[in-house]
Amino acid sequence: MNPKEKHIVLVGNPNSGKTTLFNALTGLNQKISNLPGTTIEKKTGHFQIGDQHVRITDLPGTYSIHPKGEDEMISIDYLLNFQKHEIDVILFVADASNLSRNLLLYTQVADLGFPMVLALNMIDSAEKKGISIDVENLSAALGVIVCPINAREGRGLDKLKNTLVKVNAAHQVTFFESNDISSYEALNRHHTHYHNYLRKHLDNLRKNDQADVIANSRNISEETISRYKKIDKIIEIVQYKNTEKGKNITQRIDKILLHPVYGFLVFYATLFVIFQFIFKVAEYPMNWIEAIFSTLSGQIKALLPEGMLSSLMADGIVPGIGGVIVFLPQIMLLFALLAILEDSGYMTRVSFITDRLMRKFGLNGKSVVPLIGGMACAIPSIMATRNIENKKDRLITILVTPLMSCSARLPVYTLLVSLLVTDKGDSWLDPRGLILLGMYLLGFIAALLFAFIFKLILKQKHKSYFVLELPDYRKPRLRNILLTVKDKAGDFVFNAGKIILIVSIVLWFLASFGPSGKFDAIDRKYQSYRDAGMEEKKQSEKLEASYAGMLGKAIEPAIKPLGYDWKIGIALITSLAAREVFVGTIATIYSVGDADDEKSLSTVLSEQKRPDGSPLYSYATIISLLLFYAFAMQCFSTLAVTYRETRSMKWPLVQMGYMTGFAYLVSLVVYQLMA
Amino acid sequence: MLLFRNVLNCGPKKPGMNASELKRGESARINHVEFNELQNKLIEMGCFEGNEIKMLYVAPLGDPIAYDINGYILGLRKEEARLIKVVKL
Repeated sequence: MNPKEKHIVLVGNPNSGKTTLFNALTGLNQKISNLPGTTIEKKTGHFQIGDQHVRITDLPGTYSIHPKGEDEMISIDYLLNFQKHEIDVILFVADASNLSRNLLLYTQVADLGFPMVLALNMIDSAEKKGISIDVENLSAALGVIVCPINAREGRGLDKLKNTLVKVNAAHQVTFFESNDISSYEALNRHHTHYHNYLRKHLDNLRKNDQADVIANSRNISEETISRYKKIDKIIEIVQYKNTEKGKNITQRIDKILLHPVYGFLVFYATLFVIFQFIFKVAEYPMNWIEAIFSTLSGQIKALLPEGMLSSLMADGIVPGIGGVIVFLPQIMLLFALLAILEDSGYMTRVSFITDRLMRKFGLNGKSVVPLIGGMACAIPSIMATRNIENKKDRLITILVTPLMSCSARLPVYTLLVSLLVTDKGDSWLDPRGLILLGMYLLGFIAALLFAFIFKLILKQKHKSYFVLELPDYRKPRLRNILLTVKDKAGDFVFNAGKIILIVSIVLWFLASFGPSGKFDAIDRKYQSYRDAGMEEKKQSEKLEASYAGMLGKAIEPAIKPLGYDWKIGIALITSLAAREVFVGTIATIYSVGDADDEKSLSTVLSEQKRPDGSPLYSYATIISLLLFYAFAMQCFSTLAVTYRETRSMKWPLVQMGYMTGFAYLVSLVVYQLMA
Repeated sequence: MLLFRNVLNCGPKKPGMNASELKRGESARINHVEFNELQNKLIEMGCFEGNEIKMLYVAPLGDPIAYDINGYILGLRKEEARLIKVVKL
């Protein structure tokens, strides 16, 4: 038996069911990681047949070996560096209902000289359309093992796995001009030649060598047409088409979803349902989590002897973590709903109906997916811009995506909105949900506004275009959705959680200690008082004298015109790296200064007063804060991703500058007008 | 000069129409795709001589347009569909 791990790479067109097959083959045994030395994300998974361990890599879907967008470039680059990546076998996934176009890429990859297996997916849906395929003849015509599968229902997978284990270098196949190639040496020359040609073209694309790209473009068109001619001859033999018999459900659904009137109504209704959902449904688990954490804080205080450790746990770590975990239900719901839209095929329709509008703002229908995804998180969304072929469209989409209200803003909004609306009433329409919808709309409008400004400023090198496959509608797969939610929720808890934990501890320290002379003086001053009211006063004086207080006071002159005091200033500083830290910070600051742990955070906040006795969180201050968090760039991870995707320091700086500058300006104007 | 202009004006017969001019539900056969930086992409997506193309629906704002090509649905902007020269069936 071969103890060596076999490396199989999944290649195929977008929408061919590649990811579903990957999930079906590997189950929970998968992880997302970066390719060494790059930010390129790839999915790796494992399975085992007998003694043979198999590692599978899933590459972004691509239509051709001649890349058009960044995501295609990633896949092709990976294939061309097959020696470095130690690729043993290519598992090519083809959609049976669209065989000719899927085979184009197959023949190109085959001509690179890989041992291949062809998984013919979605035969059932092809048959529903009246298309049937003679698998044996297809296998004979291409000279490759063809495994019919149904990735969604898991059919044919055992046979596929067994085939994959058996295939080795001897199964190398070639497609193009294979009749002319008789000897093994000639075959190798052919592969090397094609490989070098693609390598050179890819380098020229990278260097943006226009003359070469245009010259090559004619060659590529010729190559593609001659491949298609040969493919179509095979299709004639192996495919039986009776479209009269076939029913086309997708086109019927499209008649409604792309309808001039109903189309947009459905789109708006979808967004509306998402927002009501993440507020109404998520409310129950959120209340439970909140209750658990405040009891936990109380319990810790009761159990541990009074002192440093008890204070660190009950006032620092527990409220800090709890303030973030509480938003997990909302974030999971949001990601789940977006995954359903993506998985069902509806997201591409949204691109289709909005392209005309987006084009006016220097964007593209394809920008809608990152923008909507930006409501969950800007980081994966910026990476999702890779399928926008036009460089300018893509850059603008990257720059404005962080203006969309992401899930990290959700905790901040939720807290502030709950201060704004204390009586939610009994109506089925939650006013807080409406305000939240308004905040998201505001982010979207700002994104369009800045896209338009960037459209006017930035120079256009290439024509913008929109060539988009609208895949058949499919029932979303629970497994795909759960895996997405698991990935994203895990990422939120562990990555954001790490930062939040550290910030909570540092903050607790800064808020609990200060220059020793001052703290002693406060202790002496309150020595003779024993009642509870005085204790609270002492605590807040101590907070003011602490290191955190000094920091907040230092920036107070800059933020006072926006309606914020030094305590909010502390939260602004700590949430510079990640917005959601705001809530944890506020929770920590006020629980350090508050003796009662059982009160909810919004109650504590609404009781805060300014020195003159008016409430600190007035409407003007809350709205100014909401606007600041809506527009400011407060996420180091997003800046890092922008840097990696644009390969330049310039764009993250531009992003940081225009967003935070605009946030400051808007909050300043609004507060001054309202106060 | 005059001769040259004549050649340009009267030259070979106009190649029929563009895919963008097809009405809802109309089918056509593709004659050729104009050379452009997009030509390649369109060919890869199945828009090349001899293939059948059917206009399915127009987006609510009048653009882009969805076509049936070889049994799948492809969305194209009007200006891109103009590159595809067709003969109505």
